[in-house]
Parts: sequence; C-alpha cells; structure tokens
Amino acid sequence: MLSIDRSIIDAIVAHARRDHPDEACGVVAGPVGSDTPTRHIPMDNAARSMTFYEFDSMEQLRVWREMDERDEEPVVIYHSHTATEAYPSRTDVSFAGEPGAHYLLVSTREPDTEEIRSFRIVDGVITEEPVKIVDAAVDPNAVQSYMFGQSPATVDYECSDR
Amino acid sequence: MAIEVRIPTILRSYTGGAKVVEGSGDTLADLIADLDSRHGGLKARLVTDAGVLHRFVNVYVNDEDVRFLGALDAKLNDGDSVTILPAVAGGAFGFAAAAAIASHAVSTRAAR
Repeated sequence: MLSIDRSIIDAIVAHARRDHPDEACGVVAGPVGSDTPTRHIPMDNAARSMTFYEFDSMEQLRVWREMDERDEEPVVIYHSHTATEAYPSRTDVSFAGEPGAHYLLVSTREPDTEEIRSFRIVDGVITEEPVKIVDAAVDPNAVQSYMFGQSPATVDYECSDR
Repeated sequence: MAIEVRIPTILRSYTGGAKVVEGSGDTLADLIADLDSRHGGLKARLVTDAGVLHRFVNVYVNDEDVRFLGALDAKLNDGDSVTILPAVAGGAFGFAAAAAIASHAVSTRAAR
C-alpha cells in the first residue's frame, strides 16, 4: 500500500500534464525507513521522448546525494505513460533498481482523467498495490483508497538479462 | 590510500549490507575486478558479458559520469570517490527503449 498526500499526487499529475505528450518522471523522497513520501522532486526526462524516460545522470547524482545528506531515500519513483495504460512495461521492469521504492505510474492518455497506479518491482516481479490518498490539508482521517483491478496483481516478466 | 566506493541499496547484498566499501585499481575495470575478488558477483551486475558497463547502472568518479571519462577505461587515483547508482529509466514501449539503448551504447563506444 502506498499512502501519499493529495497535494503531492496533484503536483505529480500537473507535471505529467505539463510534459504531455512526452513522458514525465521524478521522485518523491521521504525519511529513511518511514515509507512516507514527503518531498516531491520533478526530474528532467533526458530522453525527451513520448515512449521512453531517463533521468539525467548528473541531475540524479545531485538529487541522490541530497537525499543522502538529509537521511532520505526515494520512496516513490514516478513516470507517465502518455498513450497507454499505467502499467509497467518490460523496459520499466528491466530498469527497476530501487527495490524499496513504490513505482508510481500516471497515464495521461485521456485528456480529462488520470489513471494512477502503484507497483513494487523486485527481481523482475511486478506486484500492484493499492494507493491511499491522504487529504492532510483537510482532515487526516478522511482518506480515499482505491486500486484498479483489471490486471493480475502479480506478473513475472522473467527478466533473464539481469 | 584507497578508493572509496558507494554502493546502492540494490547491490548491498554483495557487500554484506555495507553502503561504502574500499578498493583499488588504476582504471574502473581494475577497481571492479578488485571489488569482485572480495564481493563476488558484483562485477556481473556492473559489466555485461560483452565487457561493457551495464546500461542499468550509472557510475561516477568524483562528480563525473564515467561514460564521459572513458567508461571502464576511466583512470582512477588514490583518494578518488566512486559512486554507483541504479540508472532510472523506462517507458511505455520496449522497441523504442531498445533503440534508445542501442544508440546510447553506440555513443558510449564513440566517446571512448
């Protein structure tokens, strides 16, 4: 389960919409071990592509060092799919290198609604998890929990090249 | 003096959980061989069977991406700090990603 503040989700969706039709990407950092995303860091998509994203390696070094200095870790790593569903591609699985992170995908293929889904990707195995949006600004107890259930919860892509 | 190497979470299973290890070598390839002698299996996660740096990791010497320093041939000196991070990349379509990876590999080779 990913619990994330509505203001952060709104910022991620705004970033994805801004960069559409290119894919947008970024990180939400949080205190080490807290599993709580608190600091939204939009990243450049160095690939500037509609079908591929890649962190700029120098920006990533800077951001990862900054998280280290602040005793933070990447709690959420997000990117958008701009013409397809919010489900990890084989490429996403091959590259998933943060076993502790929630991989959040936003699909902006529909102009009016966003599909937001979250996954764990460990050793090539995708496990979907519910997203709990917390409305901290209004009422910390007022939460909305949902998960899109149209695909199996676990898919094994058998990434033999890793 | 030795070379300090920062290990990302995903590779700490090879270093007994250590976040920072030390090694030595005149080039990045030498350093990786030295690390692999004490942390068996690490090399295979950094270098492909074809002998080039894996696409799934970024390696930095001090503040530079080694892809701009000659990749595995990058020269190292005592006191250098090497950082390994998982490359963060992906995207909707496998074929486009494969093309991007191929062009990256070409540009990496061209830079050497």
